[in-house]
Amino acid sequence: MSATEVPVPVANPRESLLLRLPVVSHVRQSVGLQRGMLLMGLVLTGVFLLTALLAPVIAPYGFAQLSDAGGNFPAQQAPGGKHPLGTTVGGYDVLSRVMWGTQTALLVIVIAVVLSIFAGVILGLVSGYIGGWLDRILVVVADAIYAFPSLLLAIVMAIVISGGQSSLFGGVFAAAISITVVFIPQYFRVIRAETIRLKAEPFVESAKVVGASNLRIITRHIYRNATRTLPLIFTLNASEAILTLAALGFLGFGIEPSSASEWGFDLSKALADTTSGIWWTGVFPGLAIVWVVLGLTLVGESINDLNDPRLRGRKRTKRRVPAAPAANAAPGADHESRNQ
Amino acid sequence: MTTLIEAPPEDSDGLLPAKKKSSGGGLGQYILIRFLLIFPTILILVTMVFFLMRITGDPITAAMGGRLPPNQLQQRITAAGYDRPLIVQYFEYLGQLVTGNFGTTLSDNRKVTEMLTTYGSATLELSINALIVALLVGIPLGMLAAHRRDHVPDAVLRIFAILCYATPVFFAGLLLKLTFSVWLGWLPVAGRARTSTELALTSLEAPTGIYWLDSLRSGNMAALGDVTAHAVLPAVALGLLTAGIFLRLVRTNVIGTLGKDYVEAGRSRGVSEFRLVTKHAYKPALIPIITVMGLQIAVMLGGAVLTEKTFEWKGLGFQLATYLTARDYVAVQGIVVLLAVIVATTNFIVDVIAALIDPRVRY
Repeated sequence: MSATEVPVPVANPRESLLLRLPVVSHVRQSVGLQRGMLLMGLVLTGVFLLTALLAPVIAPYGFAQLSDAGGNFPAQQAPGGKHPLGTTVGGYDVLSRVMWGTQTALLVIVIAVVLSIFAGVILGLVSGYIGGWLDRILVVVADAIYAFPSLLLAIVMAIVISGGQSSLFGGVFAAAISITVVFIPQYFRVIRAETIRLKAEPFVESAKVVGASNLRIITRHIYRNATRTLPLIFTLNASEAILTLAALGFLGFGIEPSSASEWGFDLSKALADTTSGIWWTGVFPGLAIVWVVLGLTLVGESINDLNDPRLRGRKRTKRRVPAAPAANAAPGADHESRNQ
Repeated sequence: MTTLIEAPPEDSDGLLPAKKKSSGGGLGQYILIRFLLIFPTILILVTMVFFLMRITGDPITAAMGGRLPPNQLQQRITAAGYDRPLIVQYFEYLGQLVTGNFGTTLSDNRKVTEMLTTYGSATLELSINALIVALLVGIPLGMLAAHRRDHVPDAVLRIFAILCYATPVFFAGLLLKLTFSVWLGWLPVAGRARTSTELALTSLEAPTGIYWLDSLRSGNMAALGDVTAHAVLPAVALGLLTAGIFLRLVRTNVIGTLGKDYVEAGRSRGVSEFRLVTKHAYKPALIPIITVMGLQIAVMLGGAVLTEKTFEWKGLGFQLATYLTARDYVAVQGIVVLLAVIVATTNFIVDVIAALIDPRVRY
């Protein structure tokens, strides 16, 4: 998690608040390719968010709609006409399902990341601050979970929570909590490491001398300092959440098509269509996943690189930029290598 | 985690007494400690999986609930001992695991160990193939990206690496199937081999279950061709996932080593830029790959589950998906535990290799 411990650049305090906002300051800081990647990520993510918000307005049909005034939708109709992206075996409109899928994806991302930040931060703060046996046990457990294929863990959790539940909120929560369990160790590690570092800082010691309680030190002094890097992990994990959700859906732990639209589930249904050359039922939900993950990853990676002075691109001087020191073995590789 | 490449330590003279001590008996001790660490890891995972799966109820109700009358269901639960306190069952389960007894599956009544050995080889074959693809794609492209840093090829390759990661394995698989099997008709759609080939290979004496090995051993070239044709698409789908990560890792590390003094020295002697990348800067940059490979095994096994479902590759992942649909949680638990053992063991091996290559890792 070395990449996440790089200090966030301190913007000039005289600049207006707008320019000091995380993403805005990053865009200003970036140049060339890096800026292009960041902007592209922002655009992709923006379209995703807008679609999620506006899905009820812009989607031509409901996600579970099988007919309109003109009668039942035809099954497996090729893209064109009334159904710009075609229809599925069951007669759903592919475009509508792709659009409504953004809502499910967004819901799961938000719930999963909020829950795991909540649990991970508390565990990390307590474990790092108190130390001792509790700390050791938590670290071993977190490491064991961390090393394990996250998808399998999510599957086990999904069995526990839903047992194959299919309502929108049941399904979304099951997926979100399954993903949460996978993420908690990551937040835990980062926050714990920061807490241990901060515990030795003079300001914590002075707080102790003044007589502040442990609870106050954790919540006031350490918490604010240890959570600086969280927004970054947030972006990176959001994309992982989407992939895990899709994988769960693909394996049949999805949300029934009648209660919400979920891309992974649609893809698993589309698998049987491919042999007969029906491509539109699978390609579009798949592209939607790639779109969202690509957007979020580009934003997360760019911010990660910009926060790390060794990786930050500079306006080209005359010749080759002196190479980065070997110490940065792929910052973010740590994160990436976890992804499935 | 600690093993990603670091800047060399300053005290390379090794005269400090503490340093000497650790480099003396360090390796054996390190391997021993690292080996012992496998067990708590496995134990934690087994415990977690066991209790999580049992919170919701016993496996028999999950698998048969609604299909059997309640009194019969109760009978079977009592017969299997699922009505006893959970903690008793837990210790019994641990005892069984130690003796290698994973139980019997509920849906098709097979020994879990037998199921694991039958399908494990297929997953192993898929993972090896995918790893080969990942290395073949990731390393050269990573070197190219480093060589052409901040130029067009670098930009394209970085986007490619992110795309590799952003594309779910099953979607990549679907696209590959559509393109190469359905439209172009070059490669088979799914499965590990034609039925005739499969029959020929499984009827061999003591088959390994790894098809290309079996067909090589029996000298059956037609079978080898068939097996290879079937293996390409799944291997590419799963391999690309990891290739992106290797690409980025190689790129960053080659960029790092390209700035080292010895490379500069080579450059000043007139060694060509290409040779500098492929001969001088490339080898030290490979060390972090070995350590990352440990984590990649876990990723790959997760990906293998999805790849196998996509391509109907009859391995552990395919079985896992089948058993999940059948709600056969004894079998699911068996597969998950086996995978936990595999992950823990490979991580151990990787750490030992890393320690052998790079003495700085030992502590």
